[in-house]
Amino acid sequence: MNTNTLPVPAMMRLAWRNLWRNHRRTLIMLLAIAIGVWAMIFMTALMRGMVDEMIRDGIDSLPGYVQIHHADFRDDPSIDNSIQAPGPELLSALENPAVAGWTSRVRVPAMISSERDSRGITLLGVDPAGEIALGFDLDNMVEGRFLENPEDKGLVVGRKLLERLETGLGKRVVVMSQDPENNVADRGFRIVGVYKASLESQEEMFVYGGRSNIQSLVKMGTMVSEIAVAGHDYRAVDDLLTIITEASPLESEVLPWMELESYLSSMMNMMDGFVLVWIIVIFLALSFGLINTLMMAVFERIREIGLMQALGMRPSSILYLILMESLLLLVLGLLAGNILAIASILPLREGIDLSAVARGMEMMGAGSTLYPALKLRDLATANVVVIVLGLVTSLLPAWHASRYSPAEAITKI
Amino acid sequence: MTAIKCIDLCKFFQQGDVVIKALDHVALDIEEVSFICLSGPSGSGKTTLLNAIGGLDKLDSGEVHFDGQRVDQLGKGPMADLRLHHIGFVFQAYNLIPVLTAGENVEFVMQVQGISVKERREKSYAILSEVGLEGMENRYPAQLSGGQQQRVAVARAIVSQPRLVLADEPTANLDSETATQLMDLLRELNERHKVTFLIATHDERVMRYAKRLIRMQDGKIIADEIQEVG
Repeated sequence: MNTNTLPVPAMMRLAWRNLWRNHRRTLIMLLAIAIGVWAMIFMTALMRGMVDEMIRDGIDSLPGYVQIHHADFRDDPSIDNSIQAPGPELLSALENPAVAGWTSRVRVPAMISSERDSRGITLLGVDPAGEIALGFDLDNMVEGRFLENPEDKGLVVGRKLLERLETGLGKRVVVMSQDPENNVADRGFRIVGVYKASLESQEEMFVYGGRSNIQSLVKMGTMVSEIAVAGHDYRAVDDLLTIITEASPLESEVLPWMELESYLSSMMNMMDGFVLVWIIVIFLALSFGLINTLMMAVFERIREIGLMQALGMRPSSILYLILMESLLLLVLGLLAGNILAIASILPLREGIDLSAVARGMEMMGAGSTLYPALKLRDLATANVVVIVLGLVTSLLPAWHASRYSPAEAITKI
Repeated sequence: MTAIKCIDLCKFFQQGDVVIKALDHVALDIEEVSFICLSGPSGSGKTTLLNAIGGLDKLDSGEVHFDGQRVDQLGKGPMADLRLHHIGFVFQAYNLIPVLTAGENVEFVMQVQGISVKERREKSYAILSEVGLEGMENRYPAQLSGGQQQRVAVARAIVSQPRLVLADEPTANLDSETATQLMDLLRELNERHKVTFLIATHDERVMRYAKRLIRMQDGKIIADEIQEVG
C-alpha cells in the first residue's frame, strides 16, 4: 500500500504530543475555549429559558398550539362565524397521544360595567376542565376561585380589569353583547375569581364565564367560536396540525399558534437567529487566540516541518497534521466547556429568582423566576459551530505550514 | 551505472543589489553505490546542490535526472513521493522529531510509506541495533547525545533502503571521536546496503572517507577526483 500520508492514528499521536510541547500555552488556550463554550451554552440556556417562558405563557393560556375556528372568524370574530362543537371524528382525533389537552370555547366581544366604570372586553365562555387541561394555571388565581363547570354562573376577571372597574371580588357586574339577531344580550354576573397574567393587557381584556351560560346569553345554542388544542412541543406542531386538520369540518380553518400569535412566532425565530449570532460572536473572539496559538506552534516548528517534507511528507499531510492539532485542541476545549456549562446549569433547574427585576421581566412577558432551558439543539449548534469554524480558522496556519519550501524551512533559525 | 545526472544546474540568490551564484552551471554524474564528499568553504554551493538533487529547492535552470527520469520539474507532491521512496536525508542538526522516540523517528518514513506495524517495528529495531543503538528505541531525542541522535537520523535515512542518502554536514556538531565513528558507520552502510552517499562537508577528516571528492567554490565544481581510501 502506498498512501504517502501519515496514517490517522499516527497523525493523531503526533498531533497530541505536539499539543503538549508547550503545556502552558495549550492550557491557556483550552481554558479560553472552555470559557467561551461555557458562555455560549450558559447564556443561550438563560435566553432560551426566558423566551420559552414567554412563548409558553402566551400560548398555553388561550391560543393552544393549534386552533380550529370558522374560516371567516379571524376577519369577523362574531357569533355568525361559529362552528359546531367537536363531532365524533374530531373527538376521536383529540384522543390522539399527540394531543396534550384541548378545549372548546365561546369568544365574543362584550362590554362589562361595574357601578363605576365600563370596559370593552373579550368574553370567553369556557369549560374550566378543558382550559386547565390546555394550560390555564390555577396558581394564577389571585383571589376567589376559578370556574367550576361550564354551567358556572360566575365570572373570572383579570386583576387589572378589576382595578379599572373599581370593583371587587363578590361584586356584581353587567355584561352586554349581541345575539345573532343583533339584539342586545345582557346579564348580571357576580365576580367569583380574579386572575393574574404576565401581561396586563391580557388581564384587562379577557373575562371568563361558564360556556353554557355564555352560549345561552348570546343565543348560540351549542355552537362554539374556537377549539384550542395543546401538544407536547410547541416548536413541533406539524404532526398535530395534520391530525387535527384531517378531522376538522370542511368549513373550519385550522391554524398553528405561529400564525395566530405572529409576535411570539417572530420572537422565537429572532431568538433562534440571535443564539447563532451570539455563538458566532463568541467564537470570533476565540478564533484570534486559536490562530495565534497555532501560528506560534507552526513558527516554532518550521525546521521540523521542513524536515518532515524532506523525509517525504506531502504538503497536504502537513496541512492535515496542523488541522489535527487544532481539532484535538477544539475537542478538548469543547469537552471542558460542555461539562462546565452543564454543571452550572443543572443546579439552576429550580429557577433563578429575578424578583428584584420582576417589573421589567413582567413588561417583557416573562415571570420573575428564570428557568434556564438547556436544549440539545443549542448544545449541538455551539459544538458544531466551534468545530467547523475552528477548523476553518485553523486553515490559515495549516496552509501556511504546508507552503514552506523545505530548503528554507530547514535552514530557518 | 549512473544513478543521478545533473545538467547545467543554476541557482542564483539576490542579496540586495548583488546576485549570488549558489550554483553556477554545475554538471555532475553520480554512480550507484558511490560514496562522495562535496567539499568547499561555506557559501560554495554544497548545500544548494544537495537541496537541488533532493528536490528541496527549485532551480533557476538545469536538469536533474534520477534513474534516467527528469525530476527537477516535478510538483511538490510527486517530489515528496520521490524523496519518500528513494532519497534519505541526514542534516547537520535538528534532525529528529523531538516528540517521537528514537524508534518512532526511524519508523516515521515507513509509516508514511504505509508499511505495516510489524514490519516497520522489526526493521527499525534491526537498523537501530546496526547503528549501535540497541535498547535505546524508546528514548526521546532529548535523552540522546548528539552522536546518538545523528545515528538515529542515519538509521532513519537508510531504513527504507533508499537509492541515495544526502547528508549535509553530518558531523558538524559532533566531537572528533563521534564524528569518526559516524563516518565509519556511513562507509559500512554504503558497502553493506549498497546505498549511494553524497555528503557535503568542509571537515578534512570526513573527506578522507570519500571514494570520490568533489570540490566546490563560488557555486562551481573546481575539482572532481577519485581517492584511495584506507
